[in-house]
Amino acid sequence: MANVLVVDDLDVTFALHQSEVKAVSDLNFTLHEGETLAVVGESGSGKSQAFLAIMGLLARNGHATGRAMLGDVNLIGMPPARLDSYRGREIAMIFQDPMTSLNPSLKVRTQLAEVLVRHQGFAEEKAQKATIEMLERVGMPEPVKRANAYPHELSGGMRQRVMIAMALLCRPKILIADEPTTALDVTVQAQMLDLFKTLTSDFGTALVMITHDLGVVAGLADRMMVMYGGRAVETGAVDQLFYDPRHPYTLGLLHSTPHVAVRAKRLDPIQGLPPSLEHLPSGCSFHPRCAFRFEKCFEERPPLDPTEGNREKACWYQGRLAYEEVA
Amino acid sequence: MNAHETTLLTIDRLSKNFSISSGLFSRPLTLHALQDISFSVKKGETLGIVGESGCGKSTLGRCILQLLPPDEGRVLWLGEDITKLPSEAMRQRRRDLQIIFQDPLASLNPRLTVGEIVADPLRTLMPELNGEERRKRVLKMMEAVGLLPEMINRYPHEFSGGQAQRIGIARALITEPKLIVCDEPVSALDVSIQAQILNLLADLKDQFGLTLIFISHNLSVVRHVSDRILVLYLGRIVELADGDDLYGDPKHPYTRALLTAVPIPDPKRARQRNIDGLVGEIPSPINPPSGCPFRTRCRHAIALCAEQRPLLEAVAGGRLVACHRWQELGLEGGV
Amino acid sequence: MAGITGKDATLTAYAAALAIAAPKGRSLTQDAMRRLLNNKAALVSVFIIIAIVLLAFVGPYLLPWAYDKIDWSAIRKPPDFAKGHFFGTDQNGRDMLARTLQGTQMSLIVAAVATSVSVLIGVVYGAVAGYFGGRIDAIMMRFVDIMYALPYILFVIILVVIFGRSPVLLFVGIGCLEWLTMARIVRGQTLSIKEREFIEAARAGGAKPFAIIFRHVVPNLTGPVVIYATLTIPEIIITESFLSYLGLGVQEPQTSLGTLISFGAPVAEALPWMLYTPAVLLVLMLLCLSYLGDGLRDALDPKDR
Repeated sequence: MANVLVVDDLDVTFALHQSEVKAVSDLNFTLHEGETLAVVGESGSGKSQAFLAIMGLLARNGHATGRAMLGDVNLIGMPPARLDSYRGREIAMIFQDPMTSLNPSLKVRTQLAEVLVRHQGFAEEKAQKATIEMLERVGMPEPVKRANAYPHELSGGMRQRVMIAMALLCRPKILIADEPTTALDVTVQAQMLDLFKTLTSDFGTALVMITHDLGVVAGLADRMMVMYGGRAVETGAVDQLFYDPRHPYTLGLLHSTPHVAVRAKRLDPIQGLPPSLEHLPSGCSFHPRCAFRFEKCFEERPPLDPTEGNREKACWYQGRLAYEEVA
Repeated sequence: MNAHETTLLTIDRLSKNFSISSGLFSRPLTLHALQDISFSVKKGETLGIVGESGCGKSTLGRCILQLLPPDEGRVLWLGEDITKLPSEAMRQRRRDLQIIFQDPLASLNPRLTVGEIVADPLRTLMPELNGEERRKRVLKMMEAVGLLPEMINRYPHEFSGGQAQRIGIARALITEPKLIVCDEPVSALDVSIQAQILNLLADLKDQFGLTLIFISHNLSVVRHVSDRILVLYLGRIVELADGDDLYGDPKHPYTRALLTAVPIPDPKRARQRNIDGLVGEIPSPINPPSGCPFRTRCRHAIALCAEQRPLLEAVAGGRLVACHRWQELGLEGGV
Repeated sequence: MAGITGKDATLTAYAAALAIAAPKGRSLTQDAMRRLLNNKAALVSVFIIIAIVLLAFVGPYLLPWAYDKIDWSAIRKPPDFAKGHFFGTDQNGRDMLARTLQGTQMSLIVAAVATSVSVLIGVVYGAVAGYFGGRIDAIMMRFVDIMYALPYILFVIILVVIFGRSPVLLFVGIGCLEWLTMARIVRGQTLSIKEREFIEAARAGGAKPFAIIFRHVVPNLTGPVVIYATLTIPEIIITESFLSYLGLGVQEPQTSLGTLISFGAPVAEALPWMLYTPAVLLVLMLLCLSYLGDGLRDALDPKDR
């Protein structure tokens, strides 16, 4: 399988008043053509910032170094003018709240057509036609009527469909979705997730799904990457991480998630709080909350090492973690 | 369930509407948030209330506590109709009826310290206590919810979401209430912190002998905490059943669709799933469909569903369903 | 699954210890002060204002001439260091510097008292109207509207007629006008504050309406109130000058900055020192107050930056 995106040594730093905070450290991963990669983590894990950096959308006080190779070009550090020709065309991103990405004073069809005119050089009429076709494709009810509406006239689910349509208009190789369904109702979320599955397989788009919801990951992704404290701590196929997790944080997340089919007596939460990025613990950032830690964990940070089965983990503990599959 | 189960709270045909202005020259529209809601809550149980946007679950929580006055119907607390009480008498009842809010930081006054926030209800509801006694209770409660006593003079903005929610819980518990309405108490929190807070609520429930009404849109969370569950759609009850019954054998088409839509953190099961996908979106509560509110998205709808609204019928085992066709449908098992 | 986190107790304690390592206790006000002090323009302005206040109240004791002492040998004279008239004398032979300082005193006192009165009345009035809403709000704000419509000068003249001339009356009169705008601003802020969840939480906790207003609403108003108060002090000083010029305020031999300027302006060509001394001081003070007001706004509402 071809690689569409190869990320090496990605660091994202933010300059604060008196100090600097590293939101992402030493991130390395590969995205293959047509696959769905889930990036899982909680607040402060750096999952969103990493991809904002790749898209060149960091806040003004943010700075990224490293490589994000899209084919032969490195997106990190690329001047905005040049980045514009890749964004939208080869790599696109959608966000949790569609309202902030849509211009409230322009009709939906104007905003969508603009993308085609600008990136593909379509003539206005052709662009309008393609817009309606895409809206049908994303399952928008009454596409012509919705195309003529303003964003605030649409419901949350419909706006998200518009976002997906906008992102896929140019058939990009990569679509990054940052918590796209978190704000949606469950039944609408199910429709959206189904839509992602259909479209990515129809268009052959590689999908990066950034989420904290393990249920979404289980239903949609092929591979997953777990992030904690700005670093990747475990990567691998979804089945591998769910049924045989090798990092205690992954295990902890699985145990913290209530399962709709089973009423467990108590959840087994991870004790303690997520680390402050300004005062990361020494050694492994997870060690204060880890039930498997020993002396080395306090002193030295474990690197992300490959293990058999085409997976990686960043942990000194070598034993198997006890896990019962939920019946 | 023992025979001496007391009913603490009974909701009888509760309705609530909101007036929305739709522009300078048009007549205001009516948003039907809740219609004809009736159920009761027994001592010691946790009643879960689930639904999606527009179902009215948050409004219901506030109507129960009289933070919003219902338009019709009664709320019977320990047999007394609290909708008719004068404000001073209602204030006294608040000792026993408390609420935990969804957004921990928004529900705490940023200008008060933790100690002052947690002690606030004691000022009006237990004025006989002096400053020293209040402080003692606050410290005891902080320990019970897992907050270090040193935090007592800190301000809300210095805490993370999970810790701030503990402050909210301490405040709700300070008067040792009998019933607490939890309005999406973990929705704004990270997954690992959610689990901590859910465990905390379970422990406190045992420790203080509480009865809980747990409102949430997250079906997995509701399943985990609740004994019985109430499903709302567009302001009406569609189904009420024990947790196991509801999740294992849903009788209402909406319940089934809802359950199959919930993402399961188990890849093998997720792949085998047969999602009962719903078409379309939730109608607006300003203009609910005639007859059964769910008929516009229901695959099993017939002509009768548009003409006549289904009433809540009793099914074996204390269950209630509002559907004309529940018996004949014999829906395949839930999750 | 108890095996996994069998080290519960130690972990919890350790995690809890980590939680204390978080930032030390600091109220929102302290945070705001820190931001304000980082703002150079505001910091300089604060120093200058403090200097002016000290000068106005302590300065006169250090000068050779009192503000109302007439020096018959030096009438309408330009600055003369030998005689101790550092900024010259006016038409009556009184020392300009001394008079300017006395005028500054008077302007500052007027500003302070009028602002206090307007804040006190305005905040209470606006918060009560905003919180209760409905009919009470409508009636209260219509009263404010009516007061606004009254001709200001007429109102002050009526006060003068009833109470006679005195600076105290001046303070009250101006205060009675400024509270109207303060009430409107506070009411607007209250309308948005009362929708916030912690107000609902207070109601759920059984708090009575006035307890909510004074314990929960008002403390969260300090931002806009402080900013508005700072930015209207210049307006108050100018209003006072206007009234004094009309003969309705400060009376001879006492003076205020506005009065000095109004006397100095006509003779500015012949006796420039009579204008520039009070004018420079007034402009300096107003500039500093503006910078301070801006600085406070930035400090108290960091989102606006």
